[in-house]
Amino acid sequence: MTDTRNYTASEILAVLSSRQLTDGQVVFAGVGIPLLAATLAQRLDCPGLTILFEGGVVGAFVEPGKLPPSTNDQRCTKRANMVLGSADVLLLLQRGYVDVGFMGGAQIDQFGNLNSSFIGDPAHPKTRLPGTGGGNDISSLTNMIVAMKHEKRRFVEQVDFITSPGFIRGGRSRAESGLPMGGMFRVITELAVFGFDDTDRRIKVLALNPGVSREEVQDNTGFDLTFDDQLGTTEPPTEKELATLRVLDPERLFIG
Amino acid sequence: MTTGVEPYVQLREKLSKRDRSLREKVMSLEEATKFVRDGDTVGIGGSTMSRTPMALIWQLIRDRRKELSCSRCIISTDGDLLFGSGVSNHIETSWFAQGILWGLSKVMRHNVESGGARYDEWSHMAMGMRYRAGGMGVPFLPIRSMLGSDVERIRPEAKEIDCPFTGERLLLVPALNPEVALIHVQRCDAYGNAQIDGLQFMDIDLALAANRVILTTERIVSNDQIRRAPDQTKIPFFCVDAVVEVPYGSAPHECFGVYEPMLAHMDAYVRQVNKDPVGAMQDYLEKYFYEPASWNKYLELIGMEEVLEASRRGRSIYND
Repeated sequence: MTDTRNYTASEILAVLSSRQLTDGQVVFAGVGIPLLAATLAQRLDCPGLTILFEGGVVGAFVEPGKLPPSTNDQRCTKRANMVLGSADVLLLLQRGYVDVGFMGGAQIDQFGNLNSSFIGDPAHPKTRLPGTGGGNDISSLTNMIVAMKHEKRRFVEQVDFITSPGFIRGGRSRAESGLPMGGMFRVITELAVFGFDDTDRRIKVLALNPGVSREEVQDNTGFDLTFDDQLGTTEPPTEKELATLRVLDPERLFIG
Repeated sequence: MTTGVEPYVQLREKLSKRDRSLREKVMSLEEATKFVRDGDTVGIGGSTMSRTPMALIWQLIRDRRKELSCSRCIISTDGDLLFGSGVSNHIETSWFAQGILWGLSKVMRHNVESGGARYDEWSHMAMGMRYRAGGMGVPFLPIRSMLGSDVERIRPEAKEIDCPFTGERLLLVPALNPEVALIHVQRCDAYGNAQIDGLQFMDIDLALAANRVILTTERIVSNDQIRRAPDQTKIPFFCVDAVVEVPYGSAPHECFGVYEPMLAHMDAYVRQVNKDPVGAMQDYLEKYFYEPASWNKYLELIGMEEVLEASRRGRSIYND
């Protein structure tokens, strides 16, 4: 099959993620694709979307071509509505003011748990990764959208270490652990859009991205996948979506 | 596992012995770091590569302090330098890398994976609530995150309870009252009334929690200036034990409204230490930390062009 796609993997991640957001929501966004996708949604269909950053910014306003290098950076505050302390902006999550948490992921498992802390045994780690940052708080306290690259080594049956909880061991284990609210809502990759089963809480493919087969998704996943009964195909990014996105990141720092 | 939480009477006693009078506290970097003793717990202000009290860390490394147990809301290359110099063998934080732009820290990895140093991971909010509990004078605060995760499993210092009112599961995180806090601000007066522009991170709770506070500032202003905008004062003078005026005191990190990160220096630093997290780190410390005769000489080594370019970017953010 000839690849006629006119967008990069990061671009489809950003566009499909932005479509998951709805106007009026309050979104806690991480740096990179999440920040871009939330801003894209704001520019297209969700002018009333509010973006929060863990550095303490409420109502962020990201300017085209001036993307902050982290969410704890002075550029994040420009034209924001409010600047809080880091603990206070995280407490907004705990109180319940935030609809959606939106992050990238390094490693994810079948129950949507994320690992950004250790490869191997935490007591004698093979690799010590950076750690949670705000990830654990965001995923514990809100509904999560994760945008990430689809690779077999990233999509594993069970993560080595649960840094940011999804549905933990599935079923009711998340609520029973003391996390009655939130959980994984969507995982977006360049291959497919995933949701989670209402009962066993395992990840399942909701829709295949344009030109992607079931086999391709399965071959890039480290465990057996379930496909939704009403498996769909996502609409390819529109010219308008791509054009707006590219204006936001003219240097292609995050869109590749 | 000890939590390090101090009994209330002891905590109050330490505070009661501090000189909280309205007096001038301006001194040099060398004098200020005498407030830090080997083995102290040290809270570091700012976050990632923003408002890092780099000049104080620079001086502590030159002083060859030992076995400092450090905490910070998010740590980046300052953590590398503390581990690499041997000044600290223990860091508590939620995230430790060289910065989003540069990814994993090979220096952190080398030190932690070889077993020589500890990086104790807490959630970001847990760190904030630990400083807040410390600043409130209570031994813990309840939070609703970390539960069910492995971040909780490897932190036996945190305790789960069932809420006495609702029966819900909560996690109690222990107060953090560092012996010393190191904080860099845009401006303060000679007494230590400190004004912070932009992101304040966890610095206010940290200042209230610590038993001693060393402040570096981009500039010292008069008390009259502070009184013109008292709502901008974020740390009160009676929390502060030392004031040092250090222009570019966060270099090569950023200070809101004054300069952005010195990216060329940071790039070169990361390239150097990633190749060899031990030898190249020693070379870096030698050249930038041990050899220069003063902080100004250190800035000179980073390079005037780089410093001014960072200033241009930092000051122009709000221009349009």
